[in-house]
Amino acid sequence: MVTLYIDDIQVSVEKGSTIFDAAQKVGVYIPTLCHHPELHTFGGCRVCMVEANGKLVTACRAPVTDGMVVRIDAEGARKVQRMVVELLLTKHNEDCQTCVKDSNCKLQEVANYVGITPERMAMLRRSVTEVEIDESNPFFNIDRTRCILCGICIRTCEEINGVTALDFGFRGEHTAVVTMGNKKLAESTCESCGECMERCPTGALARKNYERPNREVKSVCGYCGVGCGIHLGVRGDRVVSVRGDKDNPVNKGQLCVKGRFGYNFVNHPDRLTTPLIKRDGELVEASWDEALDLVASRFKEIIDESGPNALGGISSARCTTEDNYVFTRLIRSLGTNNLDHCARL
Amino acid sequence: MRIKLEPLRQEAVKNWQELQSFGQPIILVGAATCGRASGALDVMAAIGEKMKELEIDAIVRQTGCVGMCHSEVLVDIIKPGRPRITYAKITPELAKELVEDYLVHDNAREDLAICVQGETPDEDLQVRVVMRNCGHIDPNSITDYLAQDGYMGLAKALEMMPQEIIDEVKVSGLRGRGGGGFPAGRKWESCLQVESDQKYVICNADEGDPGAFMDRSVLEGDPHSVIEGMAIAGYAIGASKGILYVRAEYPLAIRQLKIAIEQAKERNLLGENILGSGFSFDLDIFQGAGAFVCGESTALVLSIEGKRGMPKPLPRPRTSEEGLWGKPTLLNNVKTFACVAQIIHRGPDWFKSIGTEKCPGTAVFALTGKVNKCGLIEVPMGIELDKIINEIGGGVAGGRAFKAVQTGGPSGGCLPADMLNLPVDIDSLTAAGSMMGSGGMVVMDDSTCMVDVARYFLEFSLEESCGQCAPCRVGTEQMLTILKDITQGKGREGDIDLLVEMGKAIIDGSICGLGQSAPNPVLSTIRYFRDEYEAHIRDKECPAKACKALITYTIDAEKCQACGRCLKACPTQAITGAKKTPHTIDSDKCDKCGICFSECPDRFAAVLITTGGTESSN
Repeated sequence: MVTLYIDDIQVSVEKGSTIFDAAQKVGVYIPTLCHHPELHTFGGCRVCMVEANGKLVTACRAPVTDGMVVRIDAEGARKVQRMVVELLLTKHNEDCQTCVKDSNCKLQEVANYVGITPERMAMLRRSVTEVEIDESNPFFNIDRTRCILCGICIRTCEEINGVTALDFGFRGEHTAVVTMGNKKLAESTCESCGECMERCPTGALARKNYERPNREVKSVCGYCGVGCGIHLGVRGDRVVSVRGDKDNPVNKGQLCVKGRFGYNFVNHPDRLTTPLIKRDGELVEASWDEALDLVASRFKEIIDESGPNALGGISSARCTTEDNYVFTRLIRSLGTNNLDHCARL
Repeated sequence: MRIKLEPLRQEAVKNWQELQSFGQPIILVGAATCGRASGALDVMAAIGEKMKELEIDAIVRQTGCVGMCHSEVLVDIIKPGRPRITYAKITPELAKELVEDYLVHDNAREDLAICVQGETPDEDLQVRVVMRNCGHIDPNSITDYLAQDGYMGLAKALEMMPQEIIDEVKVSGLRGRGGGGFPAGRKWESCLQVESDQKYVICNADEGDPGAFMDRSVLEGDPHSVIEGMAIAGYAIGASKGILYVRAEYPLAIRQLKIAIEQAKERNLLGENILGSGFSFDLDIFQGAGAFVCGESTALVLSIEGKRGMPKPLPRPRTSEEGLWGKPTLLNNVKTFACVAQIIHRGPDWFKSIGTEKCPGTAVFALTGKVNKCGLIEVPMGIELDKIINEIGGGVAGGRAFKAVQTGGPSGGCLPADMLNLPVDIDSLTAAGSMMGSGGMVVMDDSTCMVDVARYFLEFSLEESCGQCAPCRVGTEQMLTILKDITQGKGREGDIDLLVEMGKAIIDGSICGLGQSAPNPVLSTIRYFRDEYEAHIRDKECPAKACKALITYTIDAEKCQACGRCLKACPTQAITGAKKTPHTIDSDKCDKCGICFSECPDRFAAVLITTGGTESSN
């Protein structure tokens, strides 16, 4: 263990920890824009500058040493922090009201912490680069006027999803998060999982047609047998969003494109809500008891007429492992091994 | 162990002596990039043509750049039994005359000559270590290099222990010539001390400062000196592989290097079991895509690995411990390697006898700008700026007044006239708010606006910023916008303090040397020329009369002789007038190109430039 002092608060942390880790342990806030606990540290935003043993370092990268004296609010560090935030704001879309991240935005949070004054902002020259919003992806947009180039999306795509659809492109003031060959997102290797969007600290990567839910319901994704934990965002009786359950051991908060964005079927008018039985050539609504009785009686008739091997069962990858297990028991109990699964078709 | 260099050397020396005493005149044409840009290849063709026509036998050879870029194309002629005469500014026509006059009629054409036996007027001020062979030998001939004691450093090194070599480099006091000035021996030692199955030696030839071309000239004029230095380094740290990182915009340097590497391999000075020593060393060329930031060690390494060239933030392992492909990597500049071969060959004490105690050796500068003699110079560390500019450089061009000198490229700063007695070395320039960098030196006269100079360099830094860290990316952009505003008369009260504050924060906050030094041109010009900034902001005046938005061109009706020159030359038809009617300039149409000002004959001096409340005429 290594013992250090953060603003005179003594803290002991494991060797190899960073100043940022140590500060978190004692509940001391250090502003940051590019740090993300699930990703490798980047150290690009420079907002987490602190003074350690008299030298300016980035808290997210600097390893702790024994007896280290850290000043979070040192003047030199504050100047860098404030300048970076002020300058990012001069390049940032001012229209916060229409931004999905309004009041949940890391840039707002950090700007609030470092203290932005109208007098200072008036001294600076504003220049938001006009870039068209990339709306090519069906689920989320890239609005580069809100991008602070923290690189979290790039690292997420590489480290979490292993796709590397995004990287920094160009140089200097033209630097931007781009796909290979600067193509539209839909024409890139992006799998639309939305992990980048979930982590974007600003509204640069934003869900399309976003509606803020008024309550959440914990559930399990019904798309495949993995069974990812989800929180369904609900507004009235409508599902309006899905987010991964970070506490779920299966997916640790991650989701694929279907789990995250494919929830519209829930409230879709075409969705089947009761069993249907074909009567006189037409499918008509029936109760579960009616339907199950019909299935059981037809099974029996077929076995009696042609033997159990005239029956077979096909299950679905959208069912859980447990569901599929029970299904195999059912079919085998009817005396046949004719079983298959849609994933093999 | 017996190092088998002697037979190669003897053969080379014999060749060289034969060449000098062959009984035929030797004609040397400076055909580095600077020479070629001035028409060296046409001059060579003209010489060949004339020789054929007159049926003269002479040996015509190409050499690299001797440094006198101000007098290209340079042609040297050595007639048997005569001293070498260097001729300046030779055109194909003059070349033909020269061949006929000197070789046929024995008229040495003193009117075209610039010096004899290479003894230029500033010869005693210059010391040639890195550039000793440039302009003298044929870069495509390894025997030329061998005859100048080439590869003797390597041969000697191969008989020494690696630590002994490093000790010699340490004793010599050699510091990295790429700009950082880090002691080379210490860097080598840390590479040696890391255990690894593979190590690399990389030569940083990604020269990118505007106005700097020292490394290019060395690679074009004496490529073997760098190859030899790299091989010595490879042996000293235990690396079997070297990479020359050369920017792709240097095609001639790359070609000369390729030829040199092949020749060295043929003679077993590279490759397996070099000279029977058991040491093997291979050399490859990697062409950089022209990103300035890739001159930074970690970005350079990433670029070779095929990734985006972005410097790694601290804390990070040193390149010497974990560099290319995660292996210990020694990275030095072209000139550093070029020094090494001679340090080993001639001993560290010889090297220490040149320059200052803390910065031994020489500094190579690319002297450009408003100076009479632009070109490459090599001077001992510690020489005064004044001697460089006024003696070697021949003073400010056009008889104008000296205003400032910019060193260190976009990372450096501007020094004013009262700093001219500054002894130039790595530390003194840094202390003065500039830096040596890789060796760019741009002289400015009183027609140069310092705000505009700062803007120019900052624009370069911003364009070349890799964009990963916010202070460098958005900070330099904001500073640049403010500077542009100032030069356009839109500066505001408080801008200067804002620039200083922002500059300091960028230096403190940036990841790499590019960002940490990008504000230097602004801070140093504010430090030494604050009044010029104030004049722009408060009086909307550009004292140098250079900022277009702040100047007006008018014609003095009393002086104007109605000659019509300005009227004809004006590209925007802003000037009206007729015979015997003084001309006038319509300021709405005038786009301030300054053509009228230069067209108006000096004896009239009728075109005036006004800024704020002052005016000047030509």
